[in-house]
Amino acid sequence: MTGTVAARLSAQPFFAALTDSQRGELAEDGTAVTFTAGERLFDEGGVADMFWLIEQGGIALDMRVPGRGDQIVETLGPGTVLGWSWLHRPYRWHFGAVARLATTTLAFDAASVRRRCDADPAFGYAMLRAFTPVITERLQTTRIRLLDLYAAPSQVRHADIGPVNA
Amino acid sequence: MTSRRTAAPALTEPAAETAAVPRFYRVASRREDTADTVTLELTEPAQAVPAFAPGQFAMLTAFGVGEVPISVSGLGDSAGGRARRLEHTLRAVGAVTRALHAAPPGSLIGVRGPFGTSWDVASAAGRDIVIVAGGIGLAPLRPVVLTALADRSRYGRIVLLVGARTPGDLLYIDEMERWRRDGVEVVITVDRADSGWSGEVGVVTTLIEPAGLAPDNSVAFVCGPDVMMRFTADALAARGIPVNRIRVSLERNMRCGVGWCGHCQLGPLLVCRDGPVVGYDRAAALMRVREL
Amino acid sequence: MQPSDDPAREPSDQAVIVDAEELPALFDALRSRGYTVVGPTVRDGAIVVAELASAAELPFGWGVETEAGRYRLRERSDTAAFGHSAGPQSWKSVLHPARARLWSADRVTGTMEAGEAAEPPRYALLGVRPCDVRAVGILDQVLTGGQHTDPVYRGRRDGAFIIAVECTEPGATCFCTSMGCGPGVESGFDLAMTELTDAGNHRFVVRAGTAAGADVLADVPSRAADEATVRHAVTAVDEAAERMGRTMPVQGLPQLLADSRESPRWDDVASRCLTCGNCTMVCPTCFCTTTEDVTDLTGDHAERWRLWDSCFALDFSYLHGGSVRTSGQSRYRQWITHKLGTWHDQFGSSGCVGCGRCIAWCPTGIDITQEVSALASLQDAATADEDEDRP
Repeated sequence: MTGTVAARLSAQPFFAALTDSQRGELAEDGTAVTFTAGERLFDEGGVADMFWLIEQGGIALDMRVPGRGDQIVETLGPGTVLGWSWLHRPYRWHFGAVARLATTTLAFDAASVRRRCDADPAFGYAMLRAFTPVITERLQTTRIRLLDLYAAPSQVRHADIGPVNA
Repeated sequence: MTSRRTAAPALTEPAAETAAVPRFYRVASRREDTADTVTLELTEPAQAVPAFAPGQFAMLTAFGVGEVPISVSGLGDSAGGRARRLEHTLRAVGAVTRALHAAPPGSLIGVRGPFGTSWDVASAAGRDIVIVAGGIGLAPLRPVVLTALADRSRYGRIVLLVGARTPGDLLYIDEMERWRRDGVEVVITVDRADSGWSGEVGVVTTLIEPAGLAPDNSVAFVCGPDVMMRFTADALAARGIPVNRIRVSLERNMRCGVGWCGHCQLGPLLVCRDGPVVGYDRAAALMRVREL
Repeated sequence: MQPSDDPAREPSDQAVIVDAEELPALFDALRSRGYTVVGPTVRDGAIVVAELASAAELPFGWGVETEAGRYRLRERSDTAAFGHSAGPQSWKSVLHPARARLWSADRVTGTMEAGEAAEPPRYALLGVRPCDVRAVGILDQVLTGGQHTDPVYRGRRDGAFIIAVECTEPGATCFCTSMGCGPGVESGFDLAMTELTDAGNHRFVVRAGTAAGADVLADVPSRAADEATVRHAVTAVDEAAERMGRTMPVQGLPQLLADSRESPRWDDVASRCLTCGNCTMVCPTCFCTTTEDVTDLTGDHAERWRLWDSCFALDFSYLHGGSVRTSGQSRYRQWITHKLGTWHDQFGSSGCVGCGRCIAWCPTGIDITQEVSALASLQDAATADEDEDRP
């Protein structure tokens, strides 16, 4: 991808609610970063000092489960952000992230963005307004996955009555 | 009057009242798709198999066990000199479907039908076709893909978004690869990945936005569990596809398939007669009522 | 509905009088034409619908006391045979039987036999109240008026001979006038009778509705009806319309039920409803069935039987390992909404004929007319609240 970070940031709907000047400030903390397929972005437990806006490609969130290896919990595609653990203490990643495909992103310095949020509450509020919908949507879709809707009746367990009789 | 003949007709011949009485066809082939799903091809060389439109269903009888409604999962056209056949993909979840699932080639399966409304793919002529399938919901939607591919120039984009429980539960994997080559935009996601999976993980609705649909020119066909259809249809409507161009395939308990037994009601709808394919403009309010 | 075979015997508007002593002749006329007569008779403390060997089995002098959740036989002061209502059975016992075979197949010989295990008799239904005449018409629409015809119903309905008896004495749970199908009857019968017992003179004013009816009537001793008697019969029926035990507010009923899906009333009725399904058993229009496939021990011979079912049954709406409607609220809501509301969408009329059986035979005395009134009040109150909230 070509173009300045500011121009590329403006092309993404994710931060559309920010004012031009707020986007300009955010762009100052951003750099263009690309990943090859299979390249790991961060490990679970690592310091959450960045967040990324995915422009092209795809990222897989994973967790190492003893006995199961690296389990992919969710994949993210273009137009969404990767990472919100930078928003609050202890600023540690709860999952790992690896590029599924060749991926282009805008990467942001989390510590610097946090300082801007603390200094300018309007900026901070605008950032939260952008992030909270994606967090609630991920929570909602995760809850739907917990319902295990595609399961066959014999695979569904009810806490009170055990496996449902098919 | 009740039909009684001095010589009882053969199992495979049409009875006078075919709506109530099954005609028995033979399993021509049986293919295991996943651990609990098979696709059966039914045919009877001596006679014609009725034509089923995409979206319609048959009441299938496992001899001596019982009967269940199963949507057709193929076009069943006579290609390559073979007699017209019925294709049904079904999952073993109860006594009848377990018996059907186990039916070996050559065995008899009773068929009543075709019943119900069709997907009416032809009405999407000149528009983009958007298909969203959840789990075994891909089976009733397969005829939509086949119909569109058979007359490719008639339609715009063909987008197929597929959600499955795990990679092992995906249906028609090889065929979906062929569809990709034939110009269908196929995107697949699973709720839960295994170690070999390198594709998307997440609910099928997350595939909608990246698809870059043109809502003014799209017709959507959605099939899967009730909750999945609701969320998917709402997400498509939120993107601007008019609700009367979003179609869902409803499912309810059926004991007859022809409007006599009363079991398949969803409010004012008899799913066997007014469905299973229903426009979301009609279905949305009904699907939201608890225990309707 | 009945074909007119003999142009010489056209249905006549002219009524005749048949004395009660001539009822055996009516039986003879029916049986000589191959009919099995089915009608009311006293059995097990109720007036049931059964095959009658002779006119003597009719419930002469028996009436009923009915109220919500109550049905008792009582001795009448006259000899009326049809002075009762809301019996526990309806004519669907005969036309839409509780058990019927659909087909039988043998996979060794590869043969299939469609239809009932034995050819059903041709039934003459004696004593069909106007509400029940309407009910038969409703079942005609449900089971033969769609794209596919129910072969069991068709097989019995086509041969049936209907003798309607108009009402002069409505029961406490009756509301046929509200539903527009009684207490008199204009069509849907081969013969229609009005029973008169005044001055100890037990007789029937009878008119034919079809050529087949006129044909049978011609074999029954009768005399021309004088104007006074005819007027007496008409008046008795008209006055009955004023004495209905209950009323049903039918205006806007389908919309009321559609708007009441989230009504608090369902919790209220659920606290009383046992989901026993009595109402669906006694209702003359409830038609729901299920099927059962059975085999012999070899597994080579299979049959499919059709059985009555009820939307109150827990597995009625079974789907994917559980039922859609598990709560009592949802099942009662389904029954009443279908009967009075969505029946219109599905079959083009109301499903209720105001016979009052469901009210009498509900063990807890739930009254369908009362439930509708309650829903209407709640809806009015809710609308009033909305109006108040508007600036």
